[in-house]
Amino acid sequence: MATEILMPALSPTMKEGKVARWLRKPGEAIAAGDVIAEIETDKATMEVEAVDEGVMGRILIPEGTENVAVNTPIAILLADGEDADAQPAAAAPTADAAPAAAPPSCGPTPSAPSTPPVSAQPEKDWGETAEITVREALRDAMAAELARDEDVFLIGEEVAQYQGAYKVSQGLLDEFGEKRVIDTPITEQGFTGMAIGAALTGLKPIVEFMTMNFAMQAIDQIINSAAKTRYMSGGQMSCPIVFRGPNGAAARVGAQHSQCYASWYGHVPGLKVVAPWSAADAKGLLRAAIRDPNPVIFLENEILYGQRFPCPVDEDFILPIGKAKVEREGRDVTIVTFSIMVGVALEAAEKLAEQGIEAEVINLRTIRPLDTRTVVDSVKKTSRLVTVEEGWPFAGIGAEIAMQVIEHAFDYLDAPPVRVAGADVPMPFAANLEKLALPNPDWIINAVRQVV
Amino acid sequence: MSNETDRGLSGGHNSRAMTEADLKEAYYQMVLIRRFEERAGQLYGMGLIGGFCHLYIGQEAVVVGIQMELKQGDKIITSYRDHGQMLAAGMDPRGVMAELTGREGGYSHGKGGSMHMFSSEKHFYGGHGIVGAQVSLGIGLAFANKYRGTDEVSVTYYGEGASNQGQVYESFNLAALHKLPCLFVLENNRYGMGTSVERASASKELWRNGEPWGIPGMHVDGMDVEAVRAAAAEAVAHCRAGRGPVLLEVDTYRYRGHSMSDPAKYRQRSEVDEVRRNHDPIDRVRRELLERGVAESELKSMDDKVKAVVLDAAEFAQTSPEPDPSELWTDILVES
Repeated sequence: MATEILMPALSPTMKEGKVARWLRKPGEAIAAGDVIAEIETDKATMEVEAVDEGVMGRILIPEGTENVAVNTPIAILLADGEDADAQPAAAAPTADAAPAAAPPSCGPTPSAPSTPPVSAQPEKDWGETAEITVREALRDAMAAELARDEDVFLIGEEVAQYQGAYKVSQGLLDEFGEKRVIDTPITEQGFTGMAIGAALTGLKPIVEFMTMNFAMQAIDQIINSAAKTRYMSGGQMSCPIVFRGPNGAAARVGAQHSQCYASWYGHVPGLKVVAPWSAADAKGLLRAAIRDPNPVIFLENEILYGQRFPCPVDEDFILPIGKAKVEREGRDVTIVTFSIMVGVALEAAEKLAEQGIEAEVINLRTIRPLDTRTVVDSVKKTSRLVTVEEGWPFAGIGAEIAMQVIEHAFDYLDAPPVRVAGADVPMPFAANLEKLALPNPDWIINAVRQVV
Repeated sequence: MSNETDRGLSGGHNSRAMTEADLKEAYYQMVLIRRFEERAGQLYGMGLIGGFCHLYIGQEAVVVGIQMELKQGDKIITSYRDHGQMLAAGMDPRGVMAELTGREGGYSHGKGGSMHMFSSEKHFYGGHGIVGAQVSLGIGLAFANKYRGTDEVSVTYYGEGASNQGQVYESFNLAALHKLPCLFVLENNRYGMGTSVERASASKELWRNGEPWGIPGMHVDGMDVEAVRAAAAEAVAHCRAGRGPVLLEVDTYRYRGHSMSDPAKYRQRSEVDEVRRNHDPIDRVRRELLERGVAESELKSMDDKVKAVVLDAAEFAQTSPEPDPSELWTDILVES
């Protein structure tokens, strides 16, 4: 059966081109893959290869013809024994089958729910608590999950023999052995990629970064390989992995070791992002993160490691990812914050109370998926919003919180939201300058006084 | 063309010749890839495939030779020039072609495209668009094999263009340190996009790039499927025995541009013609089979079978519907 040879496109944007040269003559035998013609555009010259075998039939567009539209029949390819005048029965496959390049639909399309469906249930009462440090809480969470699931392993720099650069993995090597607690060379991109590859097969790595600053070496793997693979595979692959480590400023460690990545990772679909404050947050959320079948970024804080908080002793204690916690109830203003700034905000709230202003303090616990409902419900009550974060203001978490409130509770607002954030500068080293760069209770008090 | 190394691997000299049945199988698989890719090129030219499309034409002997030494459970990962790997791994040509056209019937329901396809059933882990990134992931697949105590091997393909990526060397170190069962297959097709390997790599013997980590290197003619397979047999056995990774460089050549929109001005057509005329991997097998007395008609019937499979795949790729708009919002996270 004769088929039409069509004018090909060199690129998706090419509309027409020149048939520069015919390399095969009518009557010549053609094998699949043979170069039969050359076409040209203003940008490039390219060869046209035969896709089927046969005999060159009539040339429909002579060489030298300009402005030949893509998909125009330019020659006929005959099957063996066919007459040179044979007409193609149907150009197979035809260009008609091409999907129309329609603009993005403006009609109703299914969209992601704009507020996550968060259960309105109050937080479960886990009963008896004991005071432990955040460091111990993280360690206990990992120990519990390592014991619970053989597929869980911890990998990172100094996590095993050194017991953790910040002693978070203290004792885990002794308890679980070197198969499950694995030291790495200082090669973040390599070991992160390796852990992600292992996770794609169903193992459940916990990757410790000595600080999240070093994860920038591996951010391509985290985003392009861990976050996107489930989508790119049409749901065939999943990547159950936790990336954890201290995030944000510590004390006097300078610009390259003092950055908050909440907004960076919070930007990425395919990731969950958790930022605990208390020991209970740390333990309950890390256990949930390890069990989660998705990649979870777990942003810790070095200064919090040594702080003590009451934490449930129940060995099944776990917290849900995606649920914020109202740490302090109040009627006058909603302060939304996360990680170490929760403590700073609570301090500010106590001082504000002395001035007769009752602030509600929300500990986000999870950055993505954001518990918009808890924030919005609070703002509907207080009509005022202040966001607090340690990271930079521009395109930060505060910007997202404010936008969510504008989208869902604009009419309830009695004042423009105000954000409190770290100074928009690389972190300075000098003690006085560093102090000037990080939010303190007074900043929050001043912000609250602007809106109340 | 194989080179001896001093690390106990012969470089593919051993029992090089395939049985007639294997050679026929190799022929079929290579022709399948060639015809599939030509058809993909045609569909691209017709505007049915958009975006990037990196064809494997010319390199068929590499994946086919290696695949013949793998067993069920062995894992495979590669870069964006991935159609050949997928077909060789036994993935359905319909599903692959329909992913190229961005249709519901594609392996990723149209959400991955030419560069991003996966098959958990065939242990094919993609399909990766960031040069070199799949190498770190590949050692992770090998890590998982070792962690689980299986004797499965992970085959990690990359091109000479990725061979000087930093994370490739980080991965060499980790693979050697943990003696991971990882076969690194360096497909040297001579050009990283438009830059020849001579202009890009200070190291000229890429198969030796693992030496600082004690990774045995092998070097083989990637246009000779029998040589590739023989080298793979040794390399895979080495990995499977728990002796650590192997780096196998295969010299190959892509006939087409880097991607469909590459006019290939950086090389002479005579260079391409010379390879096609004198070193084509399919012609070589064809000649060999004819010399062994296989009838022309038998090859023709294999050609016809391939043609039917590819036409069917192309037809499916055009008639499968575009993904439902609801697909936009699925498969982002595992819903727990």
